[in-house]
Parts: sequence; C-alpha cells; structure tokens
Amino acid sequence: MAAPPRHVSMLSISNSNTGAPQSASSDKPQTPQPSPSPQPTSGLRVPSNRKTIYDRHLNRSRNAELSRASFAYLFAEMVTYAQRRVTGIQDLEKRLNEQGYPLGLRLLDLLFYRSTSTSSSALSSSSTSSSPPNRPLRILPLLHLIHGPLWRLLFQRSADALEHSVSPDTPNEYMITDNDPLVNTYISVPREMNMLNCAAFIAGIIEGVCDGCGFEAKVSAHNQPTEMWPSRTVFLLRFGDSVMEREKVLERNGVK
Amino acid sequence: MCAHPNPTDRAGGLIYQREFQAGLRKLSTNDYLVLAGTFHGVHAITRSITPKLPLAPSTSPVASSPGTTAPATSGYSYPNPGVPATGLEFLETDKFHLTCFQTLTGTKFLLFTDPLTGNVDTIMNKIYELYADYVMKNPFYQLEMPVRCEAFDRHLGAWLRGRT
Repeated sequence: MAAPPRHVSMLSISNSNTGAPQSASSDKPQTPQPSPSPQPTSGLRVPSNRKTIYDRHLNRSRNAELSRASFAYLFAEMVTYAQRRVTGIQDLEKRLNEQGYPLGLRLLDLLFYRSTSTSSSALSSSSTSSSPPNRPLRILPLLHLIHGPLWRLLFQRSADALEHSVSPDTPNEYMITDNDPLVNTYISVPREMNMLNCAAFIAGIIEGVCDGCGFEAKVSAHNQPTEMWPSRTVFLLRFGDSVMEREKVLERNGVK
Repeated sequence: MCAHPNPTDRAGGLIYQREFQAGLRKLSTNDYLVLAGTFHGVHAITRSITPKLPLAPSTSPVASSPGTTAPATSGYSYPNPGVPATGLEFLETDKFHLTCFQTLTGTKFLLFTDPLTGNVDTIMNKIYELYADYVMKNPFYQLEMPVRCEAFDRHLGAWLRGRT
C-alpha cells in the first residue's frame, strides 16, 4: 500500500512544476549535466547521468577496467554454457574458440584505432589517416602486435614469451606463452578432463585477430604447467599454406 | 596450530575436509561424515531453541527470521527481530576449540584449532574468501558436491604455509 500513494504524489509534483514557471523546469535537466564531467567515471555507471559505455570516448581506456570477479562469473557461465550438449573435450574447446573468434575480429578495429590515435596527436590526425595505419603485413609484426598491444588491451600486460617452432617440418608454427592466463585464474579442471584448457577462448580471440589481418591461422591452447606457474598456457599458432607462400614473396620483395 | 576446516553443505553433508598439521591422528572418513551430520543437527537444534520474547498484541507479527519453523510461535519474536537466530558458533574444550562459520546460503565451515591459536576469525574469513574465489567461480564445481578443486587446495595450502 505504500507504493501507489507515493507515485501519485510524484505525479502531482511534476504536473505542478510543468504548469508553473517555465524556468524551473528548464533548470532541472541542466543541473545534472555539469555534474558528471568533474567527477570522472568511477564504479557502476548509472544510465540516468547519461554516461553509458556508448557515450564514452573510444580511446579512453584508463578507467574502463572491469571487476575481475564479475568477469570470472561471466566466464564460468560461458564455460558451463559451452559444456552443454558437448561430446568431448575437443568439442568443448572448439566451442570456446568459436566464442572468442568474433571478439578477436572486432577487437582488431579497436586496437588499430587506439594505437594510431595515441601515436599521433589530434592535430596531425589528418596526415596520419592518409597513410595507412600500421597493419601488419608480415608474420612477425603480427605476432608482436598480439604479444604486446593485444595482450595489454585484454590483460594489461604483455604475454610472457613468443617463440618460433624449432622443428624444420613446421616452419608455420609459432608459440605465444602466458604464464597465468586471466581466464584460468579461478578454474580447476577436473582430473578426468586434464587435457582441457579453457584458454581456448583466448585462442579464439587470437584466431579472430589473425584472420582479421588477413592471416589465415588455426590457434589452439595447450597446458604446459611448471612448478612456478601451474596454469602456464602455450598458444600454438599454425598459419595456413597461403600465408607462408605470401610470406616468401614479401620477403623476396623486401616488404617489412 | 592445528586446524581442519570442513565445509558442510546445507543438508549436512561433508563436502571438504583438510588437515593443516601433518601427523595428527586422523579420524576415518566415515567419522568425519558422522561428525558433519551430527554437527548439522546440533546446529539446527541450537538455533531453534533460541529464546523468544512474547510480542505485544498490537504489533503485527514481524517478518520472522528465515529458518524458523514454527507457525505456532507467531506471537513471539527474537529480541532483535531483524537479526536471524544463529546456531552454535563456538565450542570450547580443554584441548581444542571448534569454531563454526555459517555463510549466508547456509554452508558451514568448521575449524578445529588448538586453544592457543589466535585470530581464528581471520583464518575463517580467508578460508571463506578462497572458497568463494576458487570453488564458487569454478565452472566445473557442482553445488553440494564434494570439493575437488586443485587451485583451492593450492592457494589454501600456500596461504597457511605463509602464516606459520
């Protein structure tokens, strides 16, 4: 019985306001507007102050951090969701990979946008836009892009190692190592599924980034625990034959 | 310091048991299960025997705390109706202390400690924190099932090793 009367009183107040002086009603919407600008984004954003995620500048990543716990719960649900109607571990990893793939495709645009606009000042942006952004043409710049900027964008630190396959049979294989993947922080895989690595999701993101750059690749995540780092993960990137052929041509032509 | 926390689930089943002092004489698994089940029952009894005050007839029956199972006692209330009755929280003998911590969802953590051990609350909070992190955020843990989370074991062990 408490709610309806309060509603009625609110209505009557707003009615009297619009009916009475015009200046009062025009003041009202203006007062909240200056207040969000002095206090920077902190904590949960309330839609009523008109500062949703869509209103923020794309380049502002300083205070755009997420709670680790909420991500952990979300990712746990994603794993549970992927686990439904799944036949085996490989199938489950494939599903996680598919969840990450579109994310990688989209992240690539954001990554380029941020990396180009931070390197150049706002004034010279017209001159830099005429020259193409630093899209990697060769494999090595692409790997450095993943190892450095992409990892920093996702996890706020670089990946821990970047290696080329030593075996001569597989020159198209590269390895990126993360000692403690964020997604696996709270996950303990049961013993009967010990081949599973939930970082297949990140592998999907990498695959999306590679494909978005025009490098056809298959990426998978593998457990390589050490004493010090029990959840150490190696992402194995296998580039397609067409990519390797192009790489040879580009090398001959001296493209970097 | 000797301590074994035993998270017990809502129905009184034991879901985890661990000792932090090597070389203690162990109970059998069955004994641990009996202990957890018995404690669960005793805990429920101690909660329901919490004395209640008669209500003045004018006041409406305040939303009685959840967990109390007695429609006949609607004329009575706890001294502080906003706070639900808790059950047994601490049990003391000459040789050991038993501390029980109940989470909001009813999972109980039992910690058996030496009487000289201080800061049991700190230990309990940390155990609860690790449980919330490494058990509840693990997609492979099924509620009410025995806890088999390697990361939980590892972090709990590492934290306690750092304390002693």
